[in-house]
Order: sequence, then C-alpha cells, then structure tokens
Amino acid sequence: MKQLAAKLISNKKVKGNYWHCVIDAPFIAKKASPGQFLNIKLSDSFDPLLRRPFSIHNCSAKKVEILYEVLGKGTQILSQKKPGETLDIIGPIGKGFDYKAGSGQIIVAGGMGVAPLVFLAKVLAKSKPRVFLGARTKEQILCAKELKALGLYVEVSTDDGTAGFKGKITELLRNNISSGMIYACGPKAMLKAVAEFSSGLKIPAQLSLEEHMSCAIGVCLGCVVKTKAGLKRVCKEGPVFNAADLIW
Amino acid sequence: MKNINLSIEIGKLKLKNPVLVCSGTFGYAEEFVDFIDLKKLGAIVTKTITLKPRIGNLPPRTCETPAGMLNSIGLENPGLEVFIKEKLPFLKKLGVPIILSIASEEEPQEFIELVTRLDKIEEVAAIELNISCPNVKGRKHLISQDPLATKEIVSEIREITKKTLITKLSPNVTSIVEIAQAAQDGGSDAVSLINTLSGMSIDVDKRIPKIASISAGLSGPAIRPVAVKMVWDTFNKIKIPIIGMGGIMDAASALEFIIAGASAVAIGTANFINPKVSEEIILGLKEYLERNKISNIKELVGSLKV
Repeated sequence: MKQLAAKLISNKKVKGNYWHCVIDAPFIAKKASPGQFLNIKLSDSFDPLLRRPFSIHNCSAKKVEILYEVLGKGTQILSQKKPGETLDIIGPIGKGFDYKAGSGQIIVAGGMGVAPLVFLAKVLAKSKPRVFLGARTKEQILCAKELKALGLYVEVSTDDGTAGFKGKITELLRNNISSGMIYACGPKAMLKAVAEFSSGLKIPAQLSLEEHMSCAIGVCLGCVVKTKAGLKRVCKEGPVFNAADLIW
Repeated sequence: MKNINLSIEIGKLKLKNPVLVCSGTFGYAEEFVDFIDLKKLGAIVTKTITLKPRIGNLPPRTCETPAGMLNSIGLENPGLEVFIKEKLPFLKKLGVPIILSIASEEEPQEFIELVTRLDKIEEVAAIELNISCPNVKGRKHLISQDPLATKEIVSEIREITKKTLITKLSPNVTSIVEIAQAAQDGGSDAVSLINTLSGMSIDVDKRIPKIASISAGLSGPAIRPVAVKMVWDTFNKIKIPIIGMGGIMDAASALEFIIAGASAVAIGTANFINPKVSEEIILGLKEYLERNKISNIKELVGSLKV
C-alpha cells in the first residue's frame, strides 16, 4: 500500500451515470489483486473532506481502471477530472478475493457490484467462470460485453424483465447453480440473499462489502461489520469476507 | 537561518518538535509505516486503552459532515494485556516518545490499576487521561464536565506515578478554563484540548440517525475555531502547557493553535485524509519560523497580538 500521485489517462461516461477512468499507476497495477480498492482524494477543499473508496475494476501493466457511478459530490468531482490531471491515491487496499483456478467458479454481480468482478473474471478467465449480472433494470447492467469478450458465459437478470431473466438474481442462481464457489459484489440486500442461497446449498461464497469509510487504512475503526468472530474492519479484514462468517 | 529550534517540553517530556498525533486517529502507529517516517513525529498518542478489551459501539460509527466528520467508536480497543503483548513491541522500537491514552469504564479504580501497570513500562513516556469519553464516572456526565471530579481523579493518579500526565478535556462544557484549572490543581503536567464536540446527523430519507448510537463526536476543520478559542481562553488562565487540537489540516492551522497558546499540537482527522500530513506540518512550521526569522518555536507560543 502506498500514497501516490497518479495521472489520469482517460475519464469517460459509459452510459447514464456510469463512468470509467484509467489511471497511470504502475505500483498499484503491479501489486493489486481482485477485490482490493483505492482510496482517492477528490478535493483540496473540505467539501468533500474525506477520501472516497473505489474498487479496482481492472489492471494492466501500468494502468489501473475504475468504474464508478456518479452519486454524490465526490463522484461528481471525479467525473469532471480531465486526462492529465493528477489524483492523490492510496492503494491497493484491503483483502481481496481468495480465488483459485479450476472449474465451478461463479461470479455474481448486482448493478455497480460488477466493478471489482471484471478484474476477477479476467484473472480467472482460463477457468471459464460463469457470470451472473443482476440489476433492477437493463440500464444498470454493466460490462456484459467485456465479460463475454473474455469468452465467458454471461447470464443477466433484471427485476423488471427489460433484459434477460425477469426476477431477482438469486432466482436465476437457483435455476442454474448447485455447486461451485461464488464470488459476489453488490447491494447489501442482494449480498444477504446470495449468502442465504449459498448457505442453503452448502457452497462457499465470498462477498465483497461496501461501508462508509473515514480512513480506509485501519485506524478509525469506522467501517466495521458484524462477523462471527466479532466486529471486523471492511478496509482491513475485508472488503471480501466469507459469507459463512458474516452476521446480517 | 540555520538553527531553528522546534523542541518543546511537556512535563518531563522533551520533544524534538511540537507535532503529535491525536489518540484514536493513528491506531498504534503500525498502520502508518507505509506512509510516513514515524521517527520524525514529536510524539505518538495511542488509541485509548482500557483495562479490559472493549468491542465498542455498533456500526454505523462514522459519517461525513460539512468540513468534518462524526464518530462514535465507543473506545474499541484490545485491552491492556493485548496492547502490551501485541502493540507495544512495535511502538518501543520507534524511538519516538509514546504517550499512552487511557480511559476507565466505571470506577476510578480502573485508572489506578492501569497507571500502576503502565508506570513500570519505561517506554511509556507519558500518560494521557481520556476523561472526555462517555460513560465514565458520574454516569450522565463526563469526568471532564465536572471540575471537582477532574481534580479528584487527576490527583489520585498523580499520587501513583511520576510519569508526565496529560489530561484530555471535553469542549462540551460551559467553561473549559475551569476544568483545565482543576486538572492543573490535581497535578496534571499538561492539558490536551479539545476532544470532539457532541453532535448528530440525520438521514432524512430514512429518518434515522446516521450514527447508530445517535449522538457522536464531531471533528475536523469544522471545529477548529471553537478549539482555537478554547486554547486561547485557557492559555491566559493556566500555567501548564497546552496541547492544542481540533481540525488541524496543515501548518497554517497548526500555527493558529500555537499562536493562541498551545505549546504542542496534535493532528487528528487530517491523518485519515493525508496520512503523511504530520510530517508536512513539521516541515511547514520550520519554514514559517525561517520566513519570520524566529529561531525558537517557544517564542511563538501565545504570541497572539491583541
């Protein structure tokens, strides 16, 4: 983990409120593993005051990519940054996915939760993980094309039926999965449903959680979640946890 | 100007520079090795330790507010034994004075027990009494909201240790000067001010508090003017040194505290945003003294022109 000044290479809208940026950060690109994240200082003023965490979407030799949704002031500022501008970044942070090559890998993303899973899918591509993307509606399904380009089987579900299977992603999983290892990221309610699904089938699941963070380096003790072994920091012991260890 | 002297004294403690880090914002320092040359710090104030481990409050524990943040961690810490076994060895090696922040849950007895144990540990350079955290003596009130209780607890601890004692005060009082005087009367070698201001924040869509424990402590630049004034008010009324803190983000804001009367400053919330900020502030203080042709930082303490 390092604090470094990194140049923004590109920063483009994907669709709707979703943006993608590429950052020149060889140290992070070399060290990062899927599931880890960056903590970025977006303003020199006090608004916003704190850094904002972003999961690592993809890495190449010297570049790191993030995929983000413009939701609040922080992401609004990020979306206005131009190529050539410098970002103050801390990363790579946290414990990522404990992945192994081999058959039976299942990637499950809810909406923006796909962000760190593209990096994982890329690393696991040779094992041909099956990918399930869920969202409320078609506009929120992201990265299906990139994942298919990796030669992966991708299934989609939407709550309103505008794309793929109509219904919750866990229903889609129920129709397709009976064994394997699940790697998931998405909204809390979806992750809870995935945890219940995996525990019902007695298959392991690793979930990447998101919490409000103040420091992201393990000192403020703000981002804790309940686990069977007590409160654990999402920024340090996570963001990826075994579903079986979490208490909802 | 070559011979810039940044060194200061707090009780028996001699610090090479006046820049400390606030309790609770720096863990037990090991988390910062990737970011900062720890040896450069004036002193390190640890996350508060209690006698027994505390699991702290339920999440959510922090949220951002205008130019600040709220926290209600609830003094989560591994307890004295685990601290000595797992955290102290790293701190011992640093060669930087370690100021141990301690709190007591219910009884003054816990403070006595903690200090008795810490008194024997050579590498603990000083003890900061965190009497400005909730749920200690007096139940509904903090010790540091009551001058008599403050004086009583400080003097009880004074009797059992010769180590430098620092008392950390709450701003949630009518007159912080009275409390600082009480700490001085009790035998405290210095006062730290201020701890966080009491505050809350609401999620209006859900109509729920943003922090699980509803009420929390406000820190960050939002509280700086309050803290600077409290330092100034107190400086004029006590003889012991003040460690000033509250929203210091850079050398300029650290200087505000020093000019108002703080002998040393402590960096808190800023560590979360820029983990190497303390090192930058040390450098900034030096540059300021050079620029203003002041050879000794002590000349600046309380030098406000009024």
